[in-house]
Amino acid sequence: MDDSCAALAEQCVAGNIRAIARFITLLENEDTQAFAALNYFKDSGQAAQVIGITGPPGSGKSTLTDKLVAGFRAQGRRVGVLAVDPSSPFSGGAILGDRLRMQRHATDPGVYIRSLASRGALGGVSRVTGAAVQVLEAAGYDRILIETVGVGQSEIDIVKIADCVVLVSVPGLGDEIQILKAGIMEIGDIFVVNKADRDGADRVVREIRAMLETQYMLAAGQKPHAEPDTLAGRMFEESVTGHHGNTGGHVDGYGDAPGAAPVLKTIAENGEGVADLIKAIEGHFARGISSGAMASRRLERVRSQLQDLVSAQVMQSIAGEKGSGSLDDLATQVVERRLDLYSASKLLLSRYFQGEKR
Amino acid sequence: MDRKIRVVVAKPGLDGHDRGAKVIARALRDAGMEVIYTGLRQTPEQIVDTALQEDADVIALSILSGAHNHLFPRVTELLAEKGVDDILVFGGGVIPEEDIPFLKSKGIAEIFGPGTPTQVTVDFIKTNVKRK
Amino acid sequence: MSDKEELRKARDAWDEKTAKAMARFPERKAKFVTGSDAPVNRLYTPLDLSDQDYIKDLGMPGEFPFTRGVQSTMYRGRLWTMRQYAGFGTAEESNARYRYLLAQGQTGLSVAFDLPTQIGYDSDHALAAGEVGKVGVAIDSLEDMETLFSSIPLDKVSTSMTINAPAAVLLAMYIAVAEKQGVPAKALEGTIQNDILKEYVARGTYIFPPEPSMRLITDIFAYCSAEVPNWNTISISGYHIREAGATAVQEVAFTLADGIAYVDAAIKAGLDVDEFGPRLSFFFNAHNDLFEEVAKFRAARRVWAHIMRDRFHAKNPKSLMLRFHTQTGGSTLTAQQPKNNVVRVAIQALAAVLGGTQSLHTNSMDEALALPSEESVKLALRTQQILAYESGIAETVDPLAGSYYVESLTSSIEKGVNAYLDRIDAMGGAVKAIEQGFIQQEIQDSAYAWQMDMERGDRVVVGLNKFQAKEEPPKGLLRVDPLVGERQIAKLKALKARRDNAAVDAALARLKVAAQGTDNLMPPILDAVKAYGTLGEICDVLRGVFGEYSPSVMF
Repeated sequence: MDDSCAALAEQCVAGNIRAIARFITLLENEDTQAFAALNYFKDSGQAAQVIGITGPPGSGKSTLTDKLVAGFRAQGRRVGVLAVDPSSPFSGGAILGDRLRMQRHATDPGVYIRSLASRGALGGVSRVTGAAVQVLEAAGYDRILIETVGVGQSEIDIVKIADCVVLVSVPGLGDEIQILKAGIMEIGDIFVVNKADRDGADRVVREIRAMLETQYMLAAGQKPHAEPDTLAGRMFEESVTGHHGNTGGHVDGYGDAPGAAPVLKTIAENGEGVADLIKAIEGHFARGISSGAMASRRLERVRSQLQDLVSAQVMQSIAGEKGSGSLDDLATQVVERRLDLYSASKLLLSRYFQGEKR
Repeated sequence: MDRKIRVVVAKPGLDGHDRGAKVIARALRDAGMEVIYTGLRQTPEQIVDTALQEDADVIALSILSGAHNHLFPRVTELLAEKGVDDILVFGGGVIPEEDIPFLKSKGIAEIFGPGTPTQVTVDFIKTNVKRK
Repeated sequence: MSDKEELRKARDAWDEKTAKAMARFPERKAKFVTGSDAPVNRLYTPLDLSDQDYIKDLGMPGEFPFTRGVQSTMYRGRLWTMRQYAGFGTAEESNARYRYLLAQGQTGLSVAFDLPTQIGYDSDHALAAGEVGKVGVAIDSLEDMETLFSSIPLDKVSTSMTINAPAAVLLAMYIAVAEKQGVPAKALEGTIQNDILKEYVARGTYIFPPEPSMRLITDIFAYCSAEVPNWNTISISGYHIREAGATAVQEVAFTLADGIAYVDAAIKAGLDVDEFGPRLSFFFNAHNDLFEEVAKFRAARRVWAHIMRDRFHAKNPKSLMLRFHTQTGGSTLTAQQPKNNVVRVAIQALAAVLGGTQSLHTNSMDEALALPSEESVKLALRTQQILAYESGIAETVDPLAGSYYVESLTSSIEKGVNAYLDRIDAMGGAVKAIEQGFIQQEIQDSAYAWQMDMERGDRVVVGLNKFQAKEEPPKGLLRVDPLVGERQIAKLKALKARRDNAAVDAALARLKVAAQGTDNLMPPILDAVKAYGTLGEICDVLRGVFGEYSPSVMF
């Protein structure tokens, strides 16, 4: 391992901002020394609470993240933020504008904000986001917020990194529910309807509740309610417009519907409902830790990360080879109908393992 | 993987004219750079801390209010205080030519006046970025 | 055969003949476009105006839809107001500049405030460092305002103030100064810009979020219609939208969309459209494409008249009239060969007058370099005076009407504007379109496209990307004394030591209560101002209640 990377890793553990920033850049540049130096972090710091903030564009993710940073700071936590924006598919460049809304924290020594370009990754985070979390954990940040790209694609890779996923939607975008329907609902641990002072906020809350209900019933093998205005609708009426009034957020934990995730209303712009969101996040961790769900989730996450990493390394190694039996060669053979796809994959893999033995 | 040049584009001071900053941000993106856009009303402290957290190679400052002689040198001073010598700092906006020698003496690498083609700025960054 | 058929035949024949000739003598370019990138045809004839109905679309000057102007005799009755935007340094220095301009024959004042004032910070605020007195005059309290208008009788001049987020406070100070001069509020004439929506999209001196900002604006409407009836309570501004890179169509469309939002808000606040409608005024840019700009002003009047009549059912003819101030285009000036700017400004001023402006600011040639010097401000004013007294363009009403080209440009701009207004309506209006970043994005796209056209050389800017020359850097630029900030802070300190602080605290406490409720905010602001509460103190109270705006940036 490169000495300079090791030294940098040590400085990261000591909390040096420049070292942290530089280390993440090296990871982004796929510097193998830096990846090797991640070894330094395996027992540094404590496991942080990693919270993903995801949702469609214009839902106010950055403003909400800004308010969460302030909330966690008020509790004395050290907060790291990783904000991911898309890279241009044409130039490879990017404009990273999420931190614009968080700039009041820029000079707070207890906050580290890093913008990451997606660099071609499609799952809503960049390839190194997971590794960057390790760096921040080692540097002693105990709350790490990850804001995903938010282009409305299936940004589900956040579940591979975060312990808690906050799914933000907003009334008035027209397609918010469609986005949720497109298979992203499953990843949410907490649902937030932001900009709740807009018309239609209650309807969005109702629809999310109905969908969660349906999901739960299906999972439990029961026949789901077809109409959102039955059980889910009543639950909503009681919980949101009931004794809590209809401003700000409302926490309804798992208690009032078994298995149902909390659905909260916030107005991030003026901070309404953010305290309740923090409570909901704390509740998620408390329950997860006491039930063991958090531990198995982390195990599952590491398994998944490990798989991704291994397949990426295998692919990288295979893609680099040339000549007879290489990826290009075998692909040509398949095109020329001299070989079938399945056999080609076997040949590639066996070649890889032979290479490893050499 | 080729290393991306990372640029913090910031507007120090209070003026709200961000046409130039936004045009340059786009042009740098289209030249393959990663641009961290911090928006209006940034203090020199915010700009420098942002550049450090973002591991920026370049800080591009835009100002039209006339406060450049006060605010630009604060940025380079703060960088020096933090022992940073490998970030390229340059500026643009409505800046009288007679102020340029003073600003350069304070560590501002270049001043681009109104009408500078974006390609000139792109080339300047590529040539002068301190970390290769 | 009808006239039209005959014309069509002649036109077809000409097209054929011209096409043949062009095979040998091609045109200069494959594509001809306006300054805003709209296509320009080779020739315009009455055929291009075949949908036009004179009475319906043009009408008589001073009559609906006001395409030909808002007054029946236009400049034969009274010339436009020549109003140069000025202000820098301390109130004393600006007061001297105003008295100079009035002595040179200027007919109205236009106050530029420095950025801390525009954002509601006192000169001793941390963010004000380096900014005090730079782009305008620093005003911290009523005391500065008294100095600013010292020896200027406020019943004799009309004053325009470029102030938006804290407009209520500066207006209150102006009313208080007048009162001290013995001039009743009812006699005051002038304008506050008071247009917060374009601050969010183009100019950036916002403080509060949209909702309380709109309340401040409608409070001003209500207060002035009763107490300051001759005051223009808002100047709905396309100027800065254009400066930010918008096209001519976008300038008009986004400005009128903002206008619709203000009228909506005022009606929702319970005001009668014909009470405040006549006090609405507009502010546009004038760029270099002479005919497109003239057409733009004419189209804007026509579209607004229809909006006020058909959408808001205004009855008072004055409510239907789009009256506007024009400033020549700052972004068209070049730092290279700055004397060329004199010519640009003359063309732009010509466009504004041919377009029927009510008042005009001509930029000074050195504005791409620094604040204008006294010499260059005078030349800019002289440019207006030559147009007014020597060019002959002021001698008849709307002289370009009936030009096939100008009338078809007017119609095509109107169509483009209406198409944008439909889109913005579908989003729920201008406030929503701004919150979603739509308007910002459209402007940025135009700005970037313009820049790329220019860099490719598709668009020529003389002295910048063609006909360049080596030149000496200009000398004698105006410099604001760097010690202005310190002097201003010292004055502020002295004031705070001298004034009745208990009275200030009490006034600020009353303001806070009013802000938390729904009462009109003008009276408590006026009380706070008269007690010598500072701009920063007053705005801080409102910040505490309203919060601050955080911008939406899209690329």
